[in-house]
Amino acid sequence: MYQYSEQDHQLLLERVSQFRGQVARRLKGELSEEEFKHQRLRNGLYLQLHAYMLRVAIPYGLLSSEQMRTLAHIARKYDKGYGHFSTRQNIQYNWPKLEDVPDILDDLAKVEMHAIQTSGNCIRNTTSDPLAGVARDEIEDPRPYCELIRQWSTFHPEFNFLPRKFKIAVSGATQDRAAVAVHDIGLRLVKSKTSEEIGFEVYVGGGLGRTPMLGKVIRAFLPKQDMLTYLEAILRVYNMLGRRDNIYKARIKILVHETGEEKFRELVEAEWEKIKAGGLYLKEEDFNWVKGFFNDPEYDILPDQDADFENLMLSNADFARWVDKNIELHKQSGYRIVYLSLKTAHQPPGDVTADQMDAIADLADKYSLGHIRTTHRQNLVLSDVQLKDLPALWGELKALDLATPNYNHVTDIISCPGLDYCALATARSIPISQAITARFDDYDFINDLGDVSINISGCINACGHHHVANIGILGVNKKGTEVYQLTLGGSAREDAAIGKIIGPAFEADEIVDAVSEVLSVYLENREDPEETFLTAYRRLGPALFKERLYG
Amino acid sequence: MDNYIKDRKVDSNEWMPFTGLEDGDSLPTGDIYVPLEEWLNARETLLTRNGRLGVALRNTDDPAIIKDDLERLDLVVLEFPKMADGRAFTQARLLRERYGFKGEIRATGDVLYDQLFYMQRCGMNGFELRDDQNASNSLKAFDEMTVTYQPASDEELPLWRRNK
Repeated sequence: MYQYSEQDHQLLLERVSQFRGQVARRLKGELSEEEFKHQRLRNGLYLQLHAYMLRVAIPYGLLSSEQMRTLAHIARKYDKGYGHFSTRQNIQYNWPKLEDVPDILDDLAKVEMHAIQTSGNCIRNTTSDPLAGVARDEIEDPRPYCELIRQWSTFHPEFNFLPRKFKIAVSGATQDRAAVAVHDIGLRLVKSKTSEEIGFEVYVGGGLGRTPMLGKVIRAFLPKQDMLTYLEAILRVYNMLGRRDNIYKARIKILVHETGEEKFRELVEAEWEKIKAGGLYLKEEDFNWVKGFFNDPEYDILPDQDADFENLMLSNADFARWVDKNIELHKQSGYRIVYLSLKTAHQPPGDVTADQMDAIADLADKYSLGHIRTTHRQNLVLSDVQLKDLPALWGELKALDLATPNYNHVTDIISCPGLDYCALATARSIPISQAITARFDDYDFINDLGDVSINISGCINACGHHHVANIGILGVNKKGTEVYQLTLGGSAREDAAIGKIIGPAFEADEIVDAVSEVLSVYLENREDPEETFLTAYRRLGPALFKERLYG
Repeated sequence: MDNYIKDRKVDSNEWMPFTGLEDGDSLPTGDIYVPLEEWLNARETLLTRNGRLGVALRNTDDPAIIKDDLERLDLVVLEFPKMADGRAFTQARLLRERYGFKGEIRATGDVLYDQLFYMQRCGMNGFELRDDQNASNSLKAFDEMTVTYQPASDEELPLWRRNK
């Protein structure tokens, strides 16, 4: 994990003191609410329906147990005892008081955390693969590159007042667990076709919101040394040419779309030619330095089997189900990756109580080398658990209600906070996700359905990523009634696709039945249990589904 | 009070904006700056004066248009029509870093305390603060942050290589 230097610490202290000054100037009336808004947003502070919301950055989804304990402390001391992990791998607090925020930032700074650039029209927290460094299908660990991007983008003086927010995701594996195609810039680490050289496939102009679009590959292979100069060139073109006349057309996806992919590529390449040899050109010494923070831990040399584990698999069906659903193979023999499901019938998706956070921190120390990762599907990961510890860990997770065996299955629902919290929402999303969970909360059914994703957004801003779900639900307000549109066929993975609306919207008390019908059509028509929902949908097309839903 | 900062000091603004150039006889004396169109239309006439000369760019102009003129200019004026419109940050860096402009790069418009740090990093060194801002109180804004990660007009190297 990256270790802060004295200068990193210094910067956080200066930032907190600067923010204290901004709050003081606001309270004295020297700063208008509009101008303060720009400053507080750059510190992750939103004004929501009932209160302020503070979004804390978790750089590329990586947390130490000590940091997790601080997050628990903040939830307990300044909030109502819980936090919400978001689709951008960050954590949000829904009830902080404005006057407490500088103190919260102080507490965060002590454990090398902050809320810098978690909102506002600037480069946001870089997201990545939650399995970085441990995945079996990894080409190269993306975290060192994410850290270089974090440093480059933090208080970048030229790109702090962009036309709109800007999100970058980096993936280093064959499977895309970072949804690179739906980010303003997506970087996929790839090996050159002609040599062993590592570089990036560069996607630009993906995004969800009102106008969902998949990113375009504007460069098939960018040598890794050129990563930051190329990013700088893209951002510069965007800063100068991105639309500022209409907030809904200000994202880079619209610029790429309106300029045309080819012309946009030419503009970026022309700018890049002029800066590619500059100070941001990355040298071997830079990679060596930053990779030093992400070396493998000293793994024990272990066999990839364990008698107690095998026995419990045979004797305890619940354990076997959990292993089947929530455990992933690790690159190191004798180790496993464990998903902690934040999707139960008892809490909104992504919510974790302070007590759970403390307990997770303890489990990380006890079983997983003290590290925790957050995922863009709003779950948590313990990345380095020994096979022999799985039975004990399972017992502890069950007691914490964090062992629902549903990872990447129908009740592993992404949901935005919706109208229960959010000032932008037009419909509730949490109650819908809970109703779906209640309806399908049966292991055999979940297991039979296999790999399928349901995502729910409470307005067209699409924070719940409904466009890229196999089954997406969008809540809108139609003449005073909350209704829900159903979108089918989306994917956020390496086969990324934007789903299509299947037909007229459903009312709140109809939407769960509608989802149930969609699942039935799949179950009745799949070629065999191996054919996933998405594969079947792509083969069948929308007609059968439409007919069942609307007659 | 001019509410003007130059090179991190409260200063008096000697420059006059000048538009509506119709004939060369009525050219004012002293230091003036003109919109880009005037400069492109009447460059030779303007250069016959004795006073110093500046050009004001709109934030949609490509600074490359004046790159060959920069040796004859002492001031380039950039605009921030509103605080959230950050195009001039790029213009300033291009003028300083790519075209090597040595004169004053001045920020005008919504020039507020909290942007001064970023503006100076991008090469701006003259600041016409908005009327409601206090120039002497704003001087500390330049030093609120002392750690900078990335190269800009004030630093050639990223922090991680400066440390070596």
